[in-house]
Amino acid sequence: MSTKYEKLEIDGAEYQTTFTKKWLNRKRWVEPNPNLIEAHIPGTIVQIKVKEGQEVQPDEVLLTLQAMKMDNKITAPFAAKIKKINVKEGEQVPKGAIMIELE
Amino acid sequence: MSLKRNILDLRKRKEMVLQGGGEEAIKKQNAMGKLTARERIEGIVDKGSFHEYDMFVEHQSKDFDMDKKVLHGDGVVIGTGTVYGEPIAIYAQDFTVAGGSLGLMHARKITKIMDHAIKMRMPIIGINDSGGARIQEGVDSLAGYGEIFFRNTMASGVIPQLSVILGPCAGGAVYSPALTDFVFVVDNISKMFITGPEVVKTVLGEEVSMEDLGGARVHAEISGNAHFFALTEQECFEQIKKLLTLIPWNNQRKAKSFPPKPPKPEYKINNILPADPTQPYDVREIIMAVADDSDFMEVQQDFAPNIVVGFGRIDGETVGFVANQPLVLAGVLDCDSADKAGRFIRFCDAFNIPLVTFEDMPGYLPGVEQEHMGVIRHGAKVLYAYSEATVPKITVILRKAYGGGYIAMNSRHLKADFMFAWPTAEIAVMGPEGAANIIFRKEIKESSNPNETRKQKVAEYREKFANPYVAASKGYIDSVIEPEETRMLLKHSIEVSGNKTVVNPQKKHGIPPF
Repeated sequence: MSTKYEKLEIDGAEYQTTFTKKWLNRKRWVEPNPNLIEAHIPGTIVQIKVKEGQEVQPDEVLLTLQAMKMDNKITAPFAAKIKKINVKEGEQVPKGAIMIELE
Repeated sequence: MSLKRNILDLRKRKEMVLQGGGEEAIKKQNAMGKLTARERIEGIVDKGSFHEYDMFVEHQSKDFDMDKKVLHGDGVVIGTGTVYGEPIAIYAQDFTVAGGSLGLMHARKITKIMDHAIKMRMPIIGINDSGGARIQEGVDSLAGYGEIFFRNTMASGVIPQLSVILGPCAGGAVYSPALTDFVFVVDNISKMFITGPEVVKTVLGEEVSMEDLGGARVHAEISGNAHFFALTEQECFEQIKKLLTLIPWNNQRKAKSFPPKPPKPEYKINNILPADPTQPYDVREIIMAVADDSDFMEVQQDFAPNIVVGFGRIDGETVGFVANQPLVLAGVLDCDSADKAGRFIRFCDAFNIPLVTFEDMPGYLPGVEQEHMGVIRHGAKVLYAYSEATVPKITVILRKAYGGGYIAMNSRHLKADFMFAWPTAEIAVMGPEGAANIIFRKEIKESSNPNETRKQKVAEYREKFANPYVAASKGYIDSVIEPEETRMLLKHSIEVSGNKTVVNPQKKHGIPPF
């Protein structure tokens, strides 16, 4: 056969085989970084309540993300300083967009 | 009125209904490469066998000026006919009439023919081509969908249900096909989605074409919602007719027997399998080397191709084949392939079709993505489906049967009736590489030449354990067989299990890992 095979390792053995498009396009695992506040759902930034450099307490509201007709209050996961704000009010963000960076 | 005038009046009324949505709408339908509802039905049933019911049903809604609109047949054609002489019930939504939109009477026609099919214990074929709910009829149209879904569920496992998507099938409407046994799609014509591209764009800001969101290829390859993909409506009708020859008419019957035919001589069963267990081959060639006339009707050919499922015949009797496919992803089980196999096994069990399993798999697909998608729960579906099945269950281990995969693929322990293994079979708790690395870890580590020691230990383990004879010595395998004996033994197994009787504990229903 002239097909070019790929290698797939399972339990220490290397198999000659082919890959599916779906498997090649799978989402790769990235270790989550707690300092990055990502949009968990695509939506619109309605209101930003903090400024860069500001200190925030746990559960303090950082911004409001409107999605699926609901206002989602995005809060600080822990006490931190706002390092950078990547979004503006009125901006549409896709899922996974990094809205705010903490330190 | 004289009788003659009455008859002429009836004919005129029928003619009106047969025009559907009118010439203009039919032209538009044809321009999209689509046939009309009645042409589609004619394309499936035996010539002249179709009889239509409820031609004169009209909608009864008054809101939004609907009382001024006449919708012929309320946008759906229902009736009965035969396919190769056997009765079937069929309905086809008529897109030329108000976009095939589903209102109360439209739904009542569909549920009427479904009830009929269930009562008469015959297959039902639903042709979907509809813009969705008829908004003007409000909650009545939702009620209509609900009544259809309920009947789909009640009919499940009693009569075969086939859904044919020949146009849009969107929103709630998609759940009827999803509840049925087989979904047929046609390239560029079928469109299925819960929320359309418009909504996806406004809500999520993602721009996607209808084809990329829910076209035929998407459902045949990625979502797995479709079972059969065709390039034209005609090809699709041929697939439907062929499938109907392979499955029984209801769960009380067996599939029709056909005159036995030998496999085609070009499929030589001794020449397919590479001796090296890491080398791939197309397992479908093995199926074709044992099936009558080498005829194999594959189900979900392009979805999760690391497992192969489908129908064929052994000596004239329909069997369901389930086979690991080393050609793709080394034939591993993963979420998608487990879903695919589990559902197919349950269809075969519900409809008295013996299962033939060809096993050659190294295990499960490793990775964070798989674990997070729930490969545990999905993989369990295969175990559940095989364990629960009471039809004759035959397994042929071709090469690798390692670990959890060995158990899952219809092992003796899940109550397989016949366990065969080729002499090339490697039945072991895991592959020799992995096993040697664990058992001889210390020796390998302490060796002056670890790579050489590892190789040696792997070879040792392979020699001792990676063969069919350890399992055969414990009775887990009934016979170690030569590849050329396979067809004969499949035939024999089916012959001697004609009166198989297994009674599982009584219960309302099990709780499979959905």
